[in-house]
Amino acid sequence: MTQECCTPGGNLMILTCSGGSNVGQLSNQAAVELTREGFGKMFCLAGIGGRLKGFVQSAKDVPRMVVVDGCSLACAKACLDQAQVPVKNYVVLTDLGIEKNKDFDLKREEIDRVKQAVKAACATSDG
Amino acid sequence: MEIKVLGPGCPKCHQTEKVVKEAVAESGVDAKIDKVTNILEIGEYGVFGTPAVVVDGEVKSVGKIPTKAEVLKWIQK
Repeated sequence: MTQECCTPGGNLMILTCSGGSNVGQLSNQAAVELTREGFGKMFCLAGIGGRLKGFVQSAKDVPRMVVVDGCSLACAKACLDQAQVPVKNYVVLTDLGIEKNKDFDLKREEIDRVKQAVKAACATSDG
Repeated sequence: MEIKVLGPGCPKCHQTEKVVKEAVAESGVDAKIDKVTNILEIGEYGVFGTPAVVVDGEVKSVGKIPTKAEVLKWIQK
């Protein structure tokens, strides 16, 4: 048996709207890359939206979380609000100056900008 | 009552199992306690991490060791 903890205390949950626009998909791609790089761990917002108990309880219990919405419609935040999960760190991509459109050819510079914004949001708080 | 402790076997998982067993013994509740270590089976509960505790199919805590008082609250409905 391993002596390592299954879930290190500092594990960061990343929740993204992953919606049907460039900004939704930018949130998704940034989360995928941040997960691969070990910055945090992407989790299923749909499970929370669907009120699956394991997903909702996980979001309530996790010590560190960041929520990323593509635009000001704030679908990810709304899912969490309706499931009564407190939102900790929060990023909206259109607030970063990224224009919302239907171009799914994501730009490297914008993905990197989102990743930096997520890291910055997490750096300024304990949650 | 059926209680499942989810976790592949780290010290936190073992401690969680111990707390659950103590709470059940203290309460006198008739409960079957299972330790679930299979990662695929754990994945079916949709939990972000382990240890996790499931009481009668409902996920009660995730990624932390619950207190005995918390477990008693879950099982003494």
